[in-house]
Amino acid sequence: MQVTRRQALGLSAGAAAFVAFGPGITPAFADEAATEKMLMEFTGGKTPGSGKVTLKAPEIAENGNTVPISISVDSEMTEQSYVQSVMLLAEGNPNPGVATFHFSPMSGEASATTRMRLAGTQNVVAVAKMNDGSVFMDKKQVKVTIGGCGG
Amino acid sequence: MATPKPRVKVPKSASAGEVITIKTLISHKMESGQRKDKDGNKIPRQIINKFTCEFEGKPVFSCDIEPAISANPYFEFPAKVMESGTFKFTWVDDSGDVYTHEQAIEVK
Repeated sequence: MQVTRRQALGLSAGAAAFVAFGPGITPAFADEAATEKMLMEFTGGKTPGSGKVTLKAPEIAENGNTVPISISVDSEMTEQSYVQSVMLLAEGNPNPGVATFHFSPMSGEASATTRMRLAGTQNVVAVAKMNDGSVFMDKKQVKVTIGGCGG
Repeated sequence: MATPKPRVKVPKSASAGEVITIKTLISHKMESGQRKDKDGNKIPRQIINKFTCEFEGKPVFSCDIEPAISANPYFEFPAKVMESGTFKFTWVDDSGDVYTHEQAIEVK
C-alpha cells in the first residue's frame, strides 16, 4: 500500500495523541483503583453525588510536606440530620488514605482544617457521609513543586 | 523522641449555643514508614493514628489518621457549646502511648 505524505502525518499525529492521553497520563504512584476501593468501602458501594461538600486546597503547593487543606459540608448538624464522617483521599500518594473526620451534632457545623503530605501533583478527594447514608464528594487538583514522601 | 507536647486553643468563654473553633497541634514527627535511612533500611512507621475531642464525656469530633498527615499534626474544628464544661483531647500513638490535654470553657 502506498502511503502519501499527508496520510503519514495524520497517522503520526493520532499516535502522538494516543500516547499523550492514553496510558501515559498516569503518574508514577497513582493508584486510582486503590482510591476507588477505599471510597467504595467508605460509602458502602454507593456512588457519591456532587455538591454539599467543599474542599479547599491551594492550587499550587510549594512544599508537599505540609499542604493546608480544609473541608466543609453544608448541613444543619442537628440530631435528625448531620454529617457523620468525611474521608480525605489523595489519589497519587503511596497510600491513598489521608484522614477520616468524625462529626457529631455537638460539632455545630461540619468543617475541619488540617495539613497533609502530598507525594506529587495529584487529585485530592473529600467524601462526606450523612447520617441518613447519602454520600457526597468534591475533588481538587493540587500541583506540588516538592513532593513530601521523603523518597 | 521528645515527649509530644500538645497545644490547644479553646476560647476562654462563649455564649450558650455558640459555635466555637478549636485549634489543636501536637509535636510529633509522624514517621510515615516510607522513608529510608542511609543504609537503605525502611524507617518503621510511627504516627499518631487517632485524635479525639470530648466534651464532658460526650464525643464532639474525632479523626482517624493515616501517614499522609504532616508532622506536628494540626487540626481545626468547630464545636457547639451549650454549658460550661471541659474539653478533653486525646492523641493515640502507634507505640500505644496516649497523650491527653484538658481545657475548660465558661459559658455565660
